[in-house]
Amino acid sequence: MRFDLDKAMGIHEQAMYVRAKRTSILASNIANADTPNYKARDMDFKRILQQNMHGQPADSMRTTHAKHIQVGPTGELANELLYRSPLQPSIDGNTVDSQIEKAEFSENAIQYQASVHFLGGKIKSLLAAIKGE
Amino acid sequence: MSLFDVFQISGSGLSSQSVRLNVTASNLANAETVSSSTEETYRARQPVFATLLSEFSNGAEKQAGVGVQVMGIVEDQSELRTRYEPEHPLANEDGYIFLPNVNTVEEMANLMSASRSYQNNVEAINTSKQLLMATLRLGQQ
Repeated sequence: MRFDLDKAMGIHEQAMYVRAKRTSILASNIANADTPNYKARDMDFKRILQQNMHGQPADSMRTTHAKHIQVGPTGELANELLYRSPLQPSIDGNTVDSQIEKAEFSENAIQYQASVHFLGGKIKSLLAAIKGE
Repeated sequence: MSLFDVFQISGSGLSSQSVRLNVTASNLANAETVSSSTEETYRARQPVFATLLSEFSNGAEKQAGVGVQVMGIVEDQSELRTRYEPEHPLANEDGYIFLPNVNTVEEMANLMSASRSYQNNVEAINTSKQLLMATLRLGQQ
């Protein structure tokens, strides 16, 4: 059996990358909580993770032949961020809800740490296999 | 590395909020500063925030890495408070003194809001610091 280090690390390597990206988006929302006309943004995590893993989002049409035409957003456009629909938009046009952003931020941080933890476990078991102890 | 961007983004939030705290402190300190004419009287000041787009990123990164900056500080042009006090040393010839248009109740609410926003940014920085430290320790234990 051929051993593939990339596959051994699983989804967590990509997940950490996307989570780190999302951390900076949510930090922007928190930093701009008092900026007039700022619209809170977020990403479709599943879609962007899938795009990072397979090169195209899950809901786009697959091109299995060189002459197939790519339909829908590709590349940077597919990576585009979404806007959060506000519960209580303020009069100055700002749609940031600090509570929601803080909750999402903490959740995202914990999931990042979970990925770090899982990766650590994988590295540990790989080391155990190498040492043969 | 996106986690390092958080330091820049939330750092810009910290500096903007501290400008807001300073302006509010200045308003509160000058709430009772009297003068003898409308031109000399202190007017309430408010900072105007705007998003700070990062110049060094492109595409999706550009949408993500936005900090905040203080565009400028505007003076409140609403009417000043006047008071009839002929015996006051700064009273004008009609016996009036002019007081700033600072609303102390509003300013106190503003102060609380600014300090909460400041704390939110500090927390965001602390969390991403923890995440980076966890990443650095990856595979060591």
